[in-house]
Amino acid sequence: MGWNLIRGWTVLVYVFMFLPVAVVVLLSFNASQFGSFPMTGFSFRWFVELWNNDAILRAFRTSIVLGLLTALISTTLGVLASLALVRYRVPGANMVSTLLIAPILVPEVVLAVALLLFLNFLGINKSFTLLLFGHVIFTLPFVILVVQARLVAIRRDVEEAAMSLGASPMQTFFQITLPLMLPAVLAGALFAFTISFDDITGTLFWKPGGVETVPTQIFAMLRNSISPEINALGTVMIVMTVGLPLLGAAIARQLARRSGT
Amino acid sequence: MSVEAREARQPWILLTPALTAVTLLLFVPLAFIVVYSFWLRTATGADEVGFYLDNWREALTDPFYRDILLNTLKIAFITTLVCALMGYPAAYFIARSRGNKALLLLLLMLPFWISYIIRTMSWINILGVSGAFNTAFMTIGIIDEPIQMLYNETTVILGLVHFLLPFMILNVFVSVDGIDTNLEDAATSLGATRWQAFVQVTLPLSLPGLAAGSLLCFVLGAGTYITPLVLGGPTDAMFANLVFEAIITQLNWPMGSALSLMLLVVLGVLVMIYNRYLGMAQLMKGLG
Repeated sequence: MGWNLIRGWTVLVYVFMFLPVAVVVLLSFNASQFGSFPMTGFSFRWFVELWNNDAILRAFRTSIVLGLLTALISTTLGVLASLALVRYRVPGANMVSTLLIAPILVPEVVLAVALLLFLNFLGINKSFTLLLFGHVIFTLPFVILVVQARLVAIRRDVEEAAMSLGASPMQTFFQITLPLMLPAVLAGALFAFTISFDDITGTLFWKPGGVETVPTQIFAMLRNSISPEINALGTVMIVMTVGLPLLGAAIARQLARRSGT
Repeated sequence: MSVEAREARQPWILLTPALTAVTLLLFVPLAFIVVYSFWLRTATGADEVGFYLDNWREALTDPFYRDILLNTLKIAFITTLVCALMGYPAAYFIARSRGNKALLLLLLMLPFWISYIIRTMSWINILGVSGAFNTAFMTIGIIDEPIQMLYNETTVILGLVHFLLPFMILNVFVSVDGIDTNLEDAATSLGATRWQAFVQVTLPLSLPGLAAGSLLCFVLGAGTYITPLVLGGPTDAMFANLVFEAIITQLNWPMGSALSLMLLVVLGVLVMIYNRYLGMAQLMKGLG
């Protein structure tokens, strides 16, 4: 009896988590003029409308470029740091880890204010550069956590075997370590991209006037009223941020299988 | 240089870029706003460099700030409590279910990938004047006119619970999943009822996960300003909204610095108490 009660409760919790999101997707296909019930028919018109909306396309371009650059920088920094923490005995490793994780222990609003004011003091105003710095520092801890967790699983002796067979440290890194690390690197990069792509809390502080990312564009559109276009935009975002990681996970699994780990 | 010395230097070369980034983009900026909070924004809009206590005096004594801070903590507390009550049984179910654990876990991870702003605004489709509830109620004939259910403190809490619940479930799950089921079986075989076994064995062992989830929910909830802007009314500002107002709207950066630091200290104390008693490792388990 008790178990069924818990099962029922869990079902309700899942419904609570997913129903509102499902409604966004449902309404994005509504043929009606208004972004609300009742559904008057099935239509793709709001997606076409999105495609013709310059502001939204611009926001998409900004978000994607920002996300890619963030992923590139954050992953590079994160992978190097993770290698050091997993592969070497670093004196004070715990302290170093805590320092590197600090950006997610500080409330994002405070991080946003501190970075904005400090860089402004240095002469870097609200700009794409500031946004990029902000996104890098905010995503770095997540990359380190994800990459570190996966690096631990890679066995050291394969590298030692390569070295003992005469490979130089460089050759070993590029021909053995990097291919083995690839799933971890990709997972970190994907994580950084998605977090950057979704961020609004810091972005609203850092973005210059006139520049919008997809989340801030949605936020600005909400100020007027909820239009079917917002629901369509939401659906596109859900497909991107849910579909990409699932795709990434599938690719990573393929890679891992091929490299035999 | 000896081989050993080179070996010892190598990790620091690898760590330098990341540590430099964290130092220059987080720690130095934080130190900078401490200094900045003692400056003064003059009527001309310029900052007067100096050591003025005005911002701090205002932030710490004005009842306006105090009331909103207390209200923010209240909202974060209720949110955390609701997350725990909703999330614990669900996490327990996932950890103990035999069949479709992988699917349940995947579904649990999905909300993390769905944008915060979309999950927040999705409630407008449900509770708005022409949302699902109003449409349904009017169709059945319970009400004639749509009622405004949005833009109050309850919907702010609702939005926060919706956003933070996965953090709670994941942390409790990690904890419960690590508890040997034999312990409960042993308790029942020694005469305890299933409920007694749960309360006296499983629940205490899962408290670290519950604490980690609660800390995350509380800190993330208390630091938000987007949810009140989207789902709250004009009087539902939280403390982070005051920071946003001071920095972005009023351009009073010294005051904004002081308010940011207040928020940092209040939430930082919680994190430190947590760290003192439970350590960061538990939190990292849930995040990684």
